[in-house]
Amino acid sequence: MTAEHKARVATTWLDGCSGCHMSLLDMDERLLEVAERVELVYGCLVDAKEFPEDVDVTLVEGAVSSEEDLRKIREVRARTRVLVSLGDCAVTANVPGMRNPFGPGPVLERAYLENVTLNAQIPHGAVPALLAESLPVHAYVPVDVFVPGCPPSADLIFSVIMDLVEGRLPQVQGTARFG
Amino acid sequence: MSTIEDARAPGEGARRRPPEPLVPEGERRVSANVCQAAGCLSMQSDLVLGALRDRVEAAGLSDVAVRRVGCLGLCAAGPLVEVPELGRLFDHVQPDDGAALDSLVTTLSGGEPGGQAMAKEPFFSHQVKVVLERCGQVDPERVEDYLDAGGYEALTKTVTTMSPEEVIAEVVRSGLRGRGGAGYPTGLKWTTVAKATSHDGKFVVCNADEGDPGAFMDRSVLESCPQQVLEGMAIAGYAVGAQHGYVYVRAEYPLAVKRLNSAIRQAERSGFLGKQIAGTDFEFHVEVRIGAGAFVCGEETALLASIQGGRGTPRPRPPYPAASGLWGRPTLINNVETYANVPPVVMRGGEWYGSIGTGKSKGTKVFALAGAVVNTGLIEVPMGLSLRQIVFDIGGGLVGGKKFKAVQTGGPSGGCLPEELLDMPIDYESLAQAGSHMGSGGMIVMDESTCMVDVAKYFMDFCREESCGKCLPCRAGTVQMYGLLDKITRGRGTRHDLDTLQSLAEMVRTTSLCGLGQGAPNPVFSTLRYFRDEYLAHIDDHTCPAGACRLDGGER
Amino acid sequence: MSDEVRTLVIDGRDVAGASGQSILSVAEESGVFIPALCHLAGLSEVGSCRLCMVEVEGTARLVASCVTAVEEGMKVTTTSERLLAYRRRAIELLFMERNHVCSVCVADNHCELQELAKTLGVTHFELPPLHPACDVDATHERFVLDHNRCILCARCVRVCDEIEGAHTWDIRGRGTGARLISDLGKPWGESTTCTSCGKCVQVCPTGALYEKGRSVAEGKRHRPYVPFLVATNALGTGRQL
Repeated sequence: MTAEHKARVATTWLDGCSGCHMSLLDMDERLLEVAERVELVYGCLVDAKEFPEDVDVTLVEGAVSSEEDLRKIREVRARTRVLVSLGDCAVTANVPGMRNPFGPGPVLERAYLENVTLNAQIPHGAVPALLAESLPVHAYVPVDVFVPGCPPSADLIFSVIMDLVEGRLPQVQGTARFG
Repeated sequence: MSTIEDARAPGEGARRRPPEPLVPEGERRVSANVCQAAGCLSMQSDLVLGALRDRVEAAGLSDVAVRRVGCLGLCAAGPLVEVPELGRLFDHVQPDDGAALDSLVTTLSGGEPGGQAMAKEPFFSHQVKVVLERCGQVDPERVEDYLDAGGYEALTKTVTTMSPEEVIAEVVRSGLRGRGGAGYPTGLKWTTVAKATSHDGKFVVCNADEGDPGAFMDRSVLESCPQQVLEGMAIAGYAVGAQHGYVYVRAEYPLAVKRLNSAIRQAERSGFLGKQIAGTDFEFHVEVRIGAGAFVCGEETALLASIQGGRGTPRPRPPYPAASGLWGRPTLINNVETYANVPPVVMRGGEWYGSIGTGKSKGTKVFALAGAVVNTGLIEVPMGLSLRQIVFDIGGGLVGGKKFKAVQTGGPSGGCLPEELLDMPIDYESLAQAGSHMGSGGMIVMDESTCMVDVAKYFMDFCREESCGKCLPCRAGTVQMYGLLDKITRGRGTRHDLDTLQSLAEMVRTTSLCGLGQGAPNPVFSTLRYFRDEYLAHIDDHTCPAGACRLDGGER
Repeated sequence: MSDEVRTLVIDGRDVAGASGQSILSVAEESGVFIPALCHLAGLSEVGSCRLCMVEVEGTARLVASCVTAVEEGMKVTTTSERLLAYRRRAIELLFMERNHVCSVCVADNHCELQELAKTLGVTHFELPPLHPACDVDATHERFVLDHNRCILCARCVRVCDEIEGAHTWDIRGRGTGARLISDLGKPWGESTTCTSCGKCVQVCPTGALYEKGRSVAEGKRHRPYVPFLVATNALGTGRQL
C-alpha cells in the first residue's frame, strides 16, 4: 500500500461500551497523520449504512452477544482482509461475558423486569435476541490481530493502524495488557 | 490345631507344622470350593455356599468339604464352584437351581459328573500362577489354610536363615519390577530404602488404592489371599529395616478391608506379625488405612499425605519416599501384587522367577480382563505373552463374534492399542513404545461399536473428576481437554480444535506435578495415534464411524 | 543443610548459589526472571503453578525451578519457544478457569496474573471460559474473599500458617471444584482463628483477597511488606529443600 493509495479502513461496534472508539479518538493530532493514510469507509464515525465490500482493515470493538452482532461480524469478516479485535470485549468478551454464568433469561429479567418500575416487560422484536453466551469475536470468525486492553491506549491503536497500513503485522505482545 | 509355639520353633517355623485335616479322614476326600470374592458374591455365591453345605450335610457326605475360597478367575461365568480333586469347574451355579445343586452333590458323592461342568480350557491355558497360586485354593479368612498351602514358609526362611542383604539380593536377582504401573525395579527400591539411615524407624507401605476403571487385580488378591500380601510386606520390612507397615486400601473395597483386618489379627495370633516373628527378634506390625474415595491417593506422595491425616495431594519429588516418606522417614511403597510376588521369589529363588517372562520384564502379571470379551475375569500370565493370546485364547474372543477394535491397558493414563499390535508381547518396554503402559493391570477389550474419541473423552472425564486440583495443568487442563473432546464427539469440533487439543495435551503431560496429570493425556495421544481417522470423521464428516456418538452438529 | 557453594550456568551466565537453594531463588538473586505465581520468597514452596518450569541440560523432563535444588555444573535454560508456549497456555488456563475480568477488578493494574499475561505476550485465548459459579465472601469486617479471582496459589494459606501462625486458610474440594476456605468452611467473618492481620491480602497475587472499600483498580498491595516475610520466615529462604 502506498501513500497515494489510501487503505480502506472500517470500524464496527458490537457489544461494547464505545470506549475503544473513544481511545481511538484520543490519539488527538495524530488522527491527521492517520487520515493521510486511511480512508475511513464504515463505522460509527462515518455516515454509511451498508458495510462496504473490499475493506483492507476493520477494527472491531465489542463482544458477539446478539443475533445482530453475529450477522454483522460474519458480514464484516467476509468483506475484510485484516480483521482486528480491538479491546477486551472483542478479545475476551470481557464485561458482556460476565452474564454467561447466568444465561440470558435471568439477565433479561433482571434488566427489564426486576429493576423497572413502569411498564416492565421483556422487549421482543424491537431489539435483537441475545445469544446464549456472549463470546469473543474469534469464537465465530477468524481474527488476524488481537489488541487487548480496556481500552487499548491511543498509542497502541495508533501503532497498530500505522503498522497495518504499511503492511506490517503489528507486534502487540509484551505491550498490550488486559484491563 | 498346632500352637503358636510350634509355629515359632526357630529355624523351622510353619514348615514343621503338621497339616490340619480339612475334613475328617474318609475313604474319599473331596472339596467343593465356592468362590466368595466380590465378583461371584455379587451373584449370590454366598447363598450357593449355604445351599451346597445344607445339601451335602443332608446327603450325609462326611468326606466332602464345602469351602469358602477366593477368586477362581473366570468372573464372567460366576458363581463358580471348583472341585479340584476332580479337576472340574462348575459355572453359573445358581443358589435356587435345585437340580443343578443336586447334580453337583451327585458329582461330589462320586456319581456321574453333573452336566454343568465346563471346560477349563482355553481360559486357563497360557496362565502361570505365582501371585494367584493360592487364590481360589485357600479360605481367605483362615490363616490355617494359608499355612497348609505353604504360607509363611518364605517369611520364616527369611528371618531365620537369611540376612537382609541376602533377601534384597534375591529380589534383585528375580528382576521383579513394581506392579503398580511404573515398573520401577523392586530390588533397587528396596536397596535404596535399606541404605537410607534413620534413627527413628522406617516404614513399609502397601498401595492398595487400586482405582483404574476396569481394574480389580489388587481387590481380588486381597479378597482371596490377604496373607500372601502381608507375608511379602513382612519380608520387605525385614529386608529394609522397618518394623511398621501400612496397607492403604480404598474404602470402596469393604470385603478386602474386612479380610485384610482378619488376616492381620490371625497372622498376629499365629506369630507371623507382631513381635518375635518366627521366634526371632524381628518384629513387624501392620495397620490398615482406608482411603476416602480419591483416585489421586494411589500416587505415592498423596497416599503418604493421606496416611498422615492430611489432604490427599501429591508433592514434588525429590525427596522420594525412599529418602523421606511417612513423617519424614524412609518409606518403602510397593503395590499389592508386588508384595504378593515376594514370598514365591524368596521360596523358589530369584533365578526361578527370572526364568519366567522376557528380557527386562520378568515374572508374571495379573490382569483384570474386562470389556467386550467372552471370558472376563482375573488372569495371571507370564510376561511376553501376546495381546492376541490374551484376548482370543484366554479371553475367548469377542462377545457376539463382533470385530475387535482395541484393547485399553494402563487405566486413565494408559493407551488404546489397535488390531495391528495384537501380536505385540506384553512387557513394560513394548507397551510404553506403543504409547500405552503396563499400568496396574486393567485390560479393557473394545469392539467395533466403540468410538475411540468417546473412549478418550470417558477417560478424560475420569481424570478431571479425580484431579486433586493442586497443580494448574491437571486441574484446568483436563477440564479443557474434556471440553474439546466433548465438542468433537458432538460433531462441533474443528481441525483447529484438534490442534489445540494436541498442544494442550502436550503441555499437561509435560508440566503436571504428578503422574495423574502427566498421564491424563495418554488416552488422547494413543487414540490420535491409532485412530486419528475417527477424530477426523467427527470433525470433517460429522459422523461417528462406530455409531456411538450422538452428533448434534451445526455450527456455532 | 550445609552452605557449600554450587556454581552453575543459567541462560549462559555463570552464577553461584548455596547447596539446597532452589534454581528459582538463585535466578532471582542473579537478576534472571523466571515467571511464577505460587512462589513467593519468604514462604515455603508448593510447586503447583508450574509456570517456573525450566530446562536442565541432560534431563529430558522439565523441572519446576522453585522446588529443584541447584547442583554443581548444572546448565539451566529459563526461556525457550517451548517454555514460552507452555507458560502462555498456563496463563490462559488460569484466565479461563474462574471469572477474571481485569477491567472491573479491584486488582486491575496491581495484579501479578495480569502483568504476567502482558510480559509473556498473551493477547487472546483459544480455550473457552469455564464460567464457574463463584461466591464472594464479604463477611469479614475489613476484607473480602472473591472466589471469582482466586487462582489457588495457596500463598494466603502458607502466609497464614507459616508467618502468622493462625492457619485460618486451607483448600477444600478437588479439581476445578477446589475452593479456598476459612476455618473448615465457616464464613471468614465468623472465623475464630483469623487475627485480621491482613497478610493474606498483601500476598494475594490477584484480586481474590482485598480490603473492603477499595474499588476497581484500587487494590494496591504493600509490596515492601514482602522482603519482611523473607526475613522473618526461616522456612522461606529458598534453602530448605
